[in-house]
Amino acid sequence: MPAVQETIEQVRKIDVDQYKYGFETIIEMDKAPKGLSEETIRFISAKKNEPEWMLEWRLGAFRRWLTLEEPTWARVDYPKIDFQDIHYYAAPKNQSGPRSLDEVDPELLKVYEKLGIPLKEQEILAGVQKQPDGELDEANDNVYKSGRVAVDAVFDSVSVVTTFKKELAAAGVIFCSISEAIREHPDLVKKYLGSVVPTTDNFYATLNSAVFTDGSFVYVPKGVRCPMELSTYFRINEKNTGQFERTLIIAEEGAYVSYLEGCTAPQRDENQLHAAVVELIALDDAEIKYSTVQNWYPGDAQGKGGIYNFVTKRGDCRGDRSKISWTQVETGSAITWKYPSCILRGDDSRGEFYSIAVSNGYQQVDSGTKMIHLGKNTSSRIISKGIAAGFSQNTYRGQVSAHRKATNARNFTNCDSLLIGDQCGAHTVPYIEAKNSSAQFEHEATTSKISDDQKFYVMQRGIPEEEAIALIVNGFVKEVIQELPMEFAVEAQKLIGISLEGSVG
Amino acid sequence: MLEIKNLHARIAEDGTEIIRGLNLTVKAGEVAAIMGPNGSGKSTLSYVLAGRDDYEVTEGDILYNGESILEMDPAERAASGIFLAFQYPMEIPGVATMEFLKVAMNAQRKARGEEPLKIPELLKRVKEAAGSLNMDIAMLKRPLNVGFSGGEKKRAEILQMKLLEPQLCVLDETDSGLDIDALKIVADGVNALRSPDRAIVVITHYQRLLEYIVPDSVHVLYRGQVIKSGDKSLALELEANGYAGVIDEAA
Repeated sequence: MPAVQETIEQVRKIDVDQYKYGFETIIEMDKAPKGLSEETIRFISAKKNEPEWMLEWRLGAFRRWLTLEEPTWARVDYPKIDFQDIHYYAAPKNQSGPRSLDEVDPELLKVYEKLGIPLKEQEILAGVQKQPDGELDEANDNVYKSGRVAVDAVFDSVSVVTTFKKELAAAGVIFCSISEAIREHPDLVKKYLGSVVPTTDNFYATLNSAVFTDGSFVYVPKGVRCPMELSTYFRINEKNTGQFERTLIIAEEGAYVSYLEGCTAPQRDENQLHAAVVELIALDDAEIKYSTVQNWYPGDAQGKGGIYNFVTKRGDCRGDRSKISWTQVETGSAITWKYPSCILRGDDSRGEFYSIAVSNGYQQVDSGTKMIHLGKNTSSRIISKGIAAGFSQNTYRGQVSAHRKATNARNFTNCDSLLIGDQCGAHTVPYIEAKNSSAQFEHEATTSKISDDQKFYVMQRGIPEEEAIALIVNGFVKEVIQELPMEFAVEAQKLIGISLEGSVG
Repeated sequence: MLEIKNLHARIAEDGTEIIRGLNLTVKAGEVAAIMGPNGSGKSTLSYVLAGRDDYEVTEGDILYNGESILEMDPAERAASGIFLAFQYPMEIPGVATMEFLKVAMNAQRKARGEEPLKIPELLKRVKEAAGSLNMDIAMLKRPLNVGFSGGEKKRAEILQMKLLEPQLCVLDETDSGLDIDALKIVADGVNALRSPDRAIVVITHYQRLLEYIVPDSVHVLYRGQVIKSGDKSLALELEANGYAGVIDEAA
């Protein structure tokens, strides 16, 4: 048997090498050819210098994916995606970007201005390509150095990043890209990757498992309270992680970490389809707080273009007394299909989901959560605020279930929807299932409209119409905003105001 | 300061005419009381002055400091100094009263090209104004009007009026739902705002409020018109004899 195994390994290695060479010219182009096949996956894996096991993992996911059908149960409507018409890998530089801010959509710049983003940062967010100044940084995938300096500017100078890296290292926290983690911390990745969202999970998660290009990895060792909020803002090599992001966060016993994903500024993005996977693992007495602000391109005023966002986010409260909390502010994307969930496996574990989903124009949001109660005395709390304006459709879809062993499981759910105007729709689809008679589940839902009375009252105090709407809406979402880290909260409030501009009149 | 000329206004939705050729002039420094039976158009008049878009002005004009305000939206009118104290103030869930005051004061300052107020200055002004109205500072942390009693809502209206320092104050049935103590506090608040460069229009159904806010002129509104004007004695006459006499006289 060992001999046979060896042979197989040998053949595989040769295979991989051949593909490497076979793609030589393509490597120069820094882009994989369109389409999805085992070759594409081998290409991505080779490009990232991944170990054998990782490639196998990807290929396994790909074979599984071939047997899956795209789900259609969500209340979203979009033209069928041709998965063979997509580039699954593009190197971090993109020559097709605008050359200066003058070439960037003025609407986008207006938003940056309103958010008070400095010029330098605007350039980066808008994907402005600096003219090559002849100085290539070969150590870093041939990215132009001038570009990297600009990135540093965003993150408040190199020294801040360095200090912060030192501080994390001293605490024993690992915070790096998932690609780096696969190379540097294979045991941790092997142990936890796919343990919450298996490669067989669902159509998009399986696709992600096959083709993910990058993402974040966080490991907080036993008893450590991560000394700072971790943010994708701070990770220099975060730029262009692409459309299939993979994030893995592990909090060992008694550890605590707060992670911020995203950015309040809308980002220029070439990729229409996004299918990310986020896995969180909390062991005994650990706590993970995960906050997201998503503000991708929602499409133009007629509903053309815009990002399709099909995300699988799941947290596993694997240990007793562990806690996972999701907070999300979703204002972007043409289509959002997203259900950050908690598996409450450990006894006395707790899951929380706080969500604000704003839709305007022709956006379609189908989002919510799942709280799966497996352990004893587990509790969960869901606060969802949906705001629909324009011609948008905004659906809350949530599942709360108690396993028959989940004695004393408790859930409180509150879903409120707010309508602005009369062309939009808000929908609430709760699934509640208790197989244990001691479970206590509470569900509250309301749908309201910003009344003309309210708007008139606020305007009568001298507050212009759009600010009046933003004020009322921010009051409506207050409960969730409070859950966001401080500096995010202020920006999120501004962002909600901006997202609703043009929703009245 | 305020000059309403042959004003006709109707409900935008169904075209019902409510204000039918109303004329009224209120000078700076004047406190004018508008009285009238139910359905005479009192509240509509306050809404039309404030620019509510459920009503259409079909004829006539409203001049404020000599200029027509018909093309201005409610926020612009407010920023120019017109304040309406509502009969039924709206609840704004999740927005702390203090926050609301800050946003409103700074929105008006911005419209006038002034810098936003610094937080300590803002707090000082709010505390002072709230104190004079016997309002508990803790109340300012609560969402505006949410769970406020009738008296608290009216006091919150007067507090806003004090802080926004309008030139033209319109009080729509501010006495409704108030007990006598609250009424006195509210009236004191309004009286404190009397000044030679400010006009106050008090809309009320009953004479009671006018014992505390003594008007310079009294106007009787009936079927969308001012049918009689006089001094404060007219209010007493109405109290004694009801509206019937005045209405018959006009007809």
